[in-house]
Amino acid sequence: MILKKSAMAGTLESSDVMITVTPNDGGGIEIDLRSDVAAQFGNAIRETVRAVLEEMEVTDAAVTVLDHGALDCAIRARTRCAVCRGAEAKYDWSREDG
Amino acid sequence: MERTGLKRTSLYVGGSSPGKMLEARFYHEDCVVYDLEDSVAADAKDAARFLVYEAVRYHRPPEKYVLIRVNGIYSPELPEDLEMAVRARPDALRIPKVEHAEEVRRIDAEITRIEKAAGIPVGRTELWCNIESAVGAVNAREIAAASPRVAALALGAEDYTASMGATRSKSGFEIFYARMQVLEACRLAGISAQDAVFSDFRDREGLAEDLKMTKGLGFDGKTVIHPSQIDPVNAAFTPSAKEIRNAQRIVEALEAGAKNHTGVVVVDGSMVDKPVEIRARTVLAQAKAAGLL
Repeated sequence: MILKKSAMAGTLESSDVMITVTPNDGGGIEIDLRSDVAAQFGNAIRETVRAVLEEMEVTDAAVTVLDHGALDCAIRARTRCAVCRGAEAKYDWSREDG
Repeated sequence: MERTGLKRTSLYVGGSSPGKMLEARFYHEDCVVYDLEDSVAADAKDAARFLVYEAVRYHRPPEKYVLIRVNGIYSPELPEDLEMAVRARPDALRIPKVEHAEEVRRIDAEITRIEKAAGIPVGRTELWCNIESAVGAVNAREIAAASPRVAALALGAEDYTASMGATRSKSGFEIFYARMQVLEACRLAGISAQDAVFSDFRDREGLAEDLKMTKGLGFDGKTVIHPSQIDPVNAAFTPSAKEIRNAQRIVEALEAGAKNHTGVVVVDGSMVDKPVEIRARTVLAQAKAAGLL
């Protein structure tokens, strides 16, 4: 997916994460993470965000991650949603098949 | 904890909140309903779909019966809800405001198409149909029989009373007819009958009174909207020690009668006929499912 605009998903509530994606033409993936648990889980959070972007074929994005103790599933869900909103595209759920 | 097969309580959890979805794993509800409909704002439907998918597909509570409530049958959100929800592999989809059997058949066909595309065994996804209007109540029998996927009907009292021009009361007399319609339809179809929410979750006495009606009529469970309602509702649908002992005595007497070729079996001065036996065996089945036997 190609990002057409900056987009956000998630909240600042406990157990949630707010993900903002911005087009980053030719700049690759840049992740700015802010989390109280960055020391323990920062690499894992970055890895999850990066994996979702790769799955969604996003190659250039500046990503801001404001984490409030989100589990992996919430990070994945919020990242997917932010990308779809930024790409102005609906998710093709058949990608989950097989 | 293992799954019991009981459906005494079904708790709605908003599909917008990872925190609430996480909390729901630790309550004692038999069924958890991840909601995409009323609890999700119009501009957050897409986000809720992603959250619910991840939660159900990869982190579902193994001991609970898991449902996803999709948006309304005529909502523009429904097609994408179904694409996601079937692939998330819940036990059932909960369909709001069902009024006609044809609506169920249409959704059934759509689910079948998605199951085939996703490599999911056809028929795996069950349906709970919410009966929430006068039309739905009148057509409950046809709705319950519309598809083998239909595993339960659930009464939605607030919308039903609105459709009737009635006023919702704590006594529930205004929903008596709808309760009976839903119950009879479920019994004829051999599926689970789920009673309406008791909305004032701070009123414990009111809930207890409401449960007497729910249990007495024969419902199998009740939708709850607050975690504080789970334990009282579970307790109401779990046989007491006295009920279990009485049921055991009846079944024991029947078995002894069969062994001795006794024509009539009497317990405590009362003849044990077929309805008494059915009730006793139901109590024992419920007790067994609840882990009491």
